Amino acid sequence: MTTTQRPVTEGLFTWPPSASEPLRLIGSECTACGLVSFPAASDCVRCASDESKIRLLADRGTLWTYTTQNFRPPSPPYDGPETFEPYAVGYVELAGELLVEARLTEPDPEKLRIGQDMRLTLVPYAVRDDGTEVMTFAFAPVEESAQAEPVEEEAS
Amino acid sequence: MTEAVIIGVGLHPFGRFPGKPAMDMGADAVRLALADAGVTWPQIQGGYVGSFEVANPDAIVGKLGLTGVPLRGVFNGCATAGTAVALAARAIETGEHDLTIAIGLDKHPRGAFAADPSVAGIPPWYGQTGLFLTTHFFGMKINRYMHDHGISHETLARVASKNFRNAAGNEKAWRRTPLTPEEVLASPVLNHPLRQYMYCGPDEGAAALVLCRADQAHKYTSTPVRIRSTSLRSRRLGAFEVQSPSFPVGEPVESPTVDASREAYERAGIGPEDVDVAQLQDTDAGSEIIHMAENGLCKDGEQERLIAEGATEIGGRLPVNTDGGLLGNGEPIGASGLRQIHEIVLQLRGTAGTRQIPGTPRVGYTHLYGAPGVSAVTILST
Repeated sequence: MTTTQRPVTEGLFTWPPSASEPLRLIGSECTACGLVSFPAASDCVRCASDESKIRLLADRGTLWTYTTQNFRPPSPPYDGPETFEPYAVGYVELAGELLVEARLTEPDPEKLRIGQDMRLTLVPYAVRDDGTEVMTFAFAPVEESAQAEPVEEEAS
Repeated sequence: MTEAVIIGVGLHPFGRFPGKPAMDMGADAVRLALADAGVTWPQIQGGYVGSFEVANPDAIVGKLGLTGVPLRGVFNGCATAGTAVALAARAIETGEHDLTIAIGLDKHPRGAFAADPSVAGIPPWYGQTGLFLTTHFFGMKINRYMHDHGISHETLARVASKNFRNAAGNEKAWRRTPLTPEEVLASPVLNHPLRQYMYCGPDEGAAALVLCRADQAHKYTSTPVRIRSTSLRSRRLGAFEVQSPSFPVGEPVESPTVDASREAYERAGIGPEDVDVAQLQDTDAGSEIIHMAENGLCKDGEQERLIAEGATEIGGRLPVNTDGGLLGNGEPIGASGLRQIHEIVLQLRGTAGTRQIPGTPRVGYTHLYGAPGVSAVTILST
């Protein structure tokens, strides 16, 4: 059975997923002062310019802080499943770009730590009646062991 | 410039009042404040009234008397009451009126605030995917702060326990059952590291203050409380604030609380060392800890020792949230900051009963923080 997937909204991250291109968040960069924004914004909150260009953000970062969501958020606006599973959220620092708030794939706060290396991924945060998975972006801890492997080996 | 003083305070209890509209609570609070000041409604020349839930809080004149008084509705998130009192004071300071009123009233449904993110200028996906919760911010801010400044889970619990204990001695507070730190730590985690009994809840209530020109205060009271300064500041780019899908990297930028606090001290000519009693926004136990430092009342990290020593208790060196704060009283947004000032006025008059701090307090301090990154500070003195 093939599962149909769709993004929670267009223009938030690269879609559809591609085998050749890594997933990226779609931000913007002010053409006047260079401020990076996410989600993409036409107006700059630093210099008030109204000209910007799209910028694909880094797909790796470090965890700046985090918390957990242990109760089902008020609905609306939340439209996740009725059967609630706690999840975690955090801010991930994308070096030289910005700190972005996101869901984290690891719900256990004991397995999260400030400064941890994180990589961008997608999670199906909701499933519709017809089986369609609604996808949003999230950050996953980079496996310590995988991170320790030399790049050469990975490439070979 | 003429100085504004508070000559009357009125507080409707905070909590749940089925069947009683917010407007009626507000009218009750106004009548209490008028009686406390010894003035009648027709004498009031102007005022400011704040509410989140009531679309036209200025319609309260329908309950009090259609005197033609200019009554302006105000809203600034959780800093709404700071705005109401600042403008009521400003109307006196500038000579527009001699006798003004600040009113706050609200009646929130149970549970966490639910809203459409678009009202905050945030796209729908942020709410759909479960990120649009103010409690996330408070969990994440204190988690980072604990990491950076060595604050323990026990200290979070001690703050909550203190505020519920203080509320137990406050007949107008909502949460009046004392809880030990152990009981607080045994409650379920809502947003790591914050637990159920470390959060305040939205509720119902109202408060009002009557203000007049300092040089006319003798006509009404022998114990006027001076409004030494008010300040309200919004967030600056780079500060870590509630409901931010992202914020810029770089050097940390201070919160609007730091900005408002500095401005308020400067305008008052009063320093943090002069503060005898403080009411700080304790949306959660972590917020009270962070706000102690952001308001200049201690250095980052000192809270761990100060709270263990009991410095913030009613009998301590720097009593904080003597009436139970938001944890003990809940948060009807429009009224919350006026409830803080009501408590400071009682403390400075020496009429706070079992909650009265020792000595002769002269300077009181109040602080609000809320979405989308706005802080208000009011400094009061005898």
